[in-house]
Amino acid sequence: MSASLVVFLILAVLAVAAAIAMLLSDNTIYSALFLIMNFVAIAVIYLTLGAPFVALAQITVYAGAIMVLFLFVIMMLGAEKFGEKEPLKWQRPVAIVLGIGLIGEGVYALLSRVGTQMLSNPATEALADPKALGMLLYGKYTLPFEITSIILLAAAIGAVVLTRGGKREVKQ
Amino acid sequence: MIPIVYYLALAVILFFLGVLGVLLRKNAIVVFMSLELMFNAANLVIITFTNHFKLLDGQALVIFIMTTAAAEVAIGLALMVMIFRVKGSVDIDQMNKLKG
Repeated sequence: MSASLVVFLILAVLAVAAAIAMLLSDNTIYSALFLIMNFVAIAVIYLTLGAPFVALAQITVYAGAIMVLFLFVIMMLGAEKFGEKEPLKWQRPVAIVLGIGLIGEGVYALLSRVGTQMLSNPATEALADPKALGMLLYGKYTLPFEITSIILLAAAIGAVVLTRGGKREVKQ
Repeated sequence: MIPIVYYLALAVILFFLGVLGVLLRKNAIVVFMSLELMFNAANLVIITFTNHFKLLDGQALVIFIMTTAAAEVAIGLALMVMIFRVKGSVDIDQMNKLKG
């Protein structure tokens, strides 16, 4: 067993365990913190795959900005715990069985179709170069880059308009 | 090096755990976090193939997906705050105003 396989297995177990803990924990704050753990594990996997810029963007944007936004909203609304009253009693066990079935089916399909011949490349310098990525973003992909900036602007304005408060929800 | 199918299997597991979260949880904020988990699994697949084919374009694509996800989260959480103001809860089972 090579060292990179050991590293990958540790990170994979960490990521899956954090995801499961996120699903199972009753407290929303714990869910958010477990999700941050999952994001950091995935970011380290990106590093081992030779994508350092994406890995650090993952940590700053996902584990940083987005999850802080989540935690902010959770704390603003109050860490909620709901009672166990369930309008559809049969829905939960069926969802668990079908979801686990989907996981097994997906992994089986992958392992049988893709096989283990395709190998990943070591994280070489040519693959990891942030300068080349920047040239790509501002050269070949200038138009999509500008479009995402407009999407972000629209989202920021939309968030402000939606949460503006004042007279609009008095009418409700 | 490691077969890429291991990375893809991890992505599949994370994606379907996200699906399970959407199906199982009643708290709308946790459902949103499960959506982020699914975004992440998709990003992992893209980065894996970026590595396998030695193409940088996939990394640019992941950057775009991250910014779009950030926009989506901003709008979604604004909607959560709005729903909380009207209903006093973010329980998914109580969001049934549109039920015919």
